[in-house]
This record gives sequence, structure tokens and C-alpha cells, in this order.
Amino acid sequence: MSSKKQRKKLGEERLQRIIDLCRSVEERGLDPFIVDVDDVIAVVREYFPEWELPEEFCLDAEAIHQFASVIKLQSDWVRHRSTSLYTDPFLLEEKIRRAGKEELVNIFLKAWRPIVELEQISPHSLAEAVKYWESLLPLNERWLKTDFFKTDAGSATREELVHRRILAETAFSEELEMFWEKLKQKVGEEGKILYWDFVGAETYSETLRRAYMVSFLVTYGYATLEVHRLEEEIFLKPFEKPKSLLGKEQLVSIPVSVSVEEWRKWREGKRD
Amino acid sequence: MEEMEGRQTGLKRKSYYARKVKRATHLLFYRRHKKPGVKGWELKKKLGSDYPKVLNILDNYLEKLDLTIKTVFEGEKPAEKPTVEELNKARFYVTLRGGITSKETKLCGWRIDDIAGLAMSISYILSKKGRVPRKEVEDLLRNKLPGWRVDINVNRYIRSGYLAEDENKQLYLDWRTRAEVDQNVLVDLLLGAES
Repeated sequence: MSSKKQRKKLGEERLQRIIDLCRSVEERGLDPFIVDVDDVIAVVREYFPEWELPEEFCLDAEAIHQFASVIKLQSDWVRHRSTSLYTDPFLLEEKIRRAGKEELVNIFLKAWRPIVELEQISPHSLAEAVKYWESLLPLNERWLKTDFFKTDAGSATREELVHRRILAETAFSEELEMFWEKLKQKVGEEGKILYWDFVGAETYSETLRRAYMVSFLVTYGYATLEVHRLEEEIFLKPFEKPKSLLGKEQLVSIPVSVSVEEWRKWREGKRD
Repeated sequence: MEEMEGRQTGLKRKSYYARKVKRATHLLFYRRHKKPGVKGWELKKKLGSDYPKVLNILDNYLEKLDLTIKTVFEGEKPAEKPTVEELNKARFYVTLRGGITSKETKLCGWRIDDIAGLAMSISYILSKKGRVPRKEVEDLLRNKLPGWRVDINVNRYIRSGYLAEDENKQLYLDWRTRAEVDQNVLVDLLLGAES
């Protein structure tokens, strides 16, 4: 048992060393090839069966992550070596060290093409700036401190809140139940009514409001929809008591278009 | 009759491009953002989808003034003719076409020491695959520049957009070097130097 613990501890130390090495290569720009790929893989593979705790797996994952970054650096290095920009850094460093200031400048000037820019204010922008300056308030006016006034807390009645449209006249649930009662009355003995016959109203906005309420009636289990696909008819059927269908049946969404055209068509049909 | 119509169409096209070239000149020469130059998609928006043709006409005109329009692509320079998408993402600058003489460098407002230090920093970073610890560059600069100037100079190169520094204090080449310095030529010339 204790030898297993010791082995685990050794494995953790070795993984930590790999992480530190990979980090220093990445952060300090060291040669990525100092990391021996086969060696790292062997260590990770050797200790992987020992890991049981989440922290141990995290350490393992961190080592793999850091190692992958070094592999990327190695691949970048190979790609760079294959480009025309590759030069032996030691050779170039030597050249730079030996070259005099003037020689270095002369070389650089042959490869340097400075960007050309113009800086000039136009009469138009000057005029705009003057206009802006004239309309600009003085600092002491712009940075006026906001004064706070202490006021006593008052009270408001429910009617006042309804008047100011902060509260609705009736709670939504009450409104929904009233609507459900209306539906029950309207369906009569048949127990169902055509969707448009219930939703349709004299104005389009009222129709929209009724369609909105019906969607809640159906969703909350106060009513259901009966769809006759061939006849392209939808009936609304209220329940005697609200039913919660959640988890009991497969619920589906039924999109119903309540466009102005549909509404007009319904109204014309009603007149005929 | 046909000849007259043809001439009129030609004149119309000529004035169309003259207008576009003028607009392109304003866009390219005056800095409108933090960095100079204009992105391809901006030129497309202002000049229309035939902006590469407008730039080509302007470039021919600028040749007489020893200036050129330099295209700096987002990634590496495409090996073949760049696609419209690559051009839209690229940044366009007006740069000198030919080189400048050492006497003219004074016009840039930089001392010979500053330019030599910049040349050294860029070529050293290039030789080290594009990323070097700042300390290494500073040590190299300290060989030829007084110690107190080294930090000031490196900061100046960073401020001007020639170099950039990451959170690990590694220096790399920034947008201005990509726009102004022909990196291949610089490395070739350094390697061919007699010293």
C-alpha cells in the first residue's frame, strides 16, 4: 500500500517536472527540442493507470496540454527552417555584433521603405472644430455635481399603481381563469369550438390578445387543441379541471398563424 | 457617330477613375485611425469593388514620385495572385518605392544610433524565428549603445509599432516592420556583409 503511494508521489513529481519544463520552454523562448518527446510520452503512459482522484487526472491533463504546446513550437521551428527567412541565428548574431553602426544603418536603409503620411488640417475641419468649441459648455458647468435630495417615503394605493400602469388590473392567473370560464361557456354541449371562432374578435389587436391567452390556456393544461389536418381545422377543447401533462405525455408545439390576412379572411367568412 | 459615342464613353470612364484615384489618395495618405493605412474592405466600401484597379492606376502615378502602394496581408503573403477575400483583409499603405540615403535619415527624425539599434533588433528577432526575450535584445544593444539609452530605445521601437512585447516579456515584430521592412532583403544583406 505504501509502495503504491510512493509510486503515485513519484509520478506526480515527474509530471510536475514535465509541466515546468514545457512552461519554461514556452515562456522563455528556449529551444523546444530540449524536450524529449518519447521520454515525456513514456512517463505519461507509465503513470496513467495509477491515477484515481480528479486532481491526479487534472495534473495528467495539464502535462499533456503543456506538452502539446511544445510540440506546436517544434512544428513552427521546422516550418520556419524550411522558409527563405531561416538563417543560422549564431551566424547572424555574429554578423550583427561585428558590424559597425554605420554599416548596419546602410544595410537597413536598403531594406527599409518608410510609410508616407500627410498631416494637414483642412478649412472644413477647422470650421467644424470652431462650431464645436462654441457649443461646448465651460468645464464648471459640465462637471456640475449632482445634488441629492432627501425625501420622505410615501405610500401609494393599488388604484394609483394600476393607473400608472405599474400593476395590471387583475393578476395574470386570475385573467387566465376568467378566460377559461369564457371558453367553457362558449363551447356548449359539443365540448369544442373552432379556434378562429373563439380567438377571432372585432379588432385585430383584440384577436392577438385572445390568441396569446389561448396559448397559455393550452400550455398550462386548461384546454387542448384538436387538429384535423385534412380539413385544415383546429378546435379548442377546454378541460373541466386543469391537467398537468408535463412528464405524462409527449408534448408538442403547434404553431398557429394569426396574421392580419387570416383575421380578415375569418371576418369576411363570418359576414357571409 | 459610333466613334463619338466611343470617345464619350472613354471620357466618362476616365473621369470616373480620376475621381476614384483622388478619393483613394485621400484615404491612403491621411491617417484616419490609430494606425496609418487602410484596410481592403474599407477601400471597397469607399471606392467600390474595382478598388484594386483604382490602386493600380494610383500606384503607376506614384511611381514618378518614388512612392508605391504596399499591401500587407493578414497572414503570410500569398504565393499566387491574392484572392478578393485576402485583399479585403489586407492593409494598404503608401511607402517609399526606392531606398533612402543615410543623409536623408535625418528627415525621419531618428539618430543614426536609433536606426542602427532598430536594424539590429529586427534582424536578431528574425534570426530567432520571430520571438526573443527582451533581455537578449537589450544585452545585444548594450554592446553598442550606452546602457541608459537601451531601455528608452526599445520602448521607442515598441511605441512606433516596429516591435511588440507579449506578457512573457518576449519581443516580436509588429505591424510597422511588416509594412516597411523587406525582411528577406535585410537578412540577405546582413549575411552578405563583409564584416
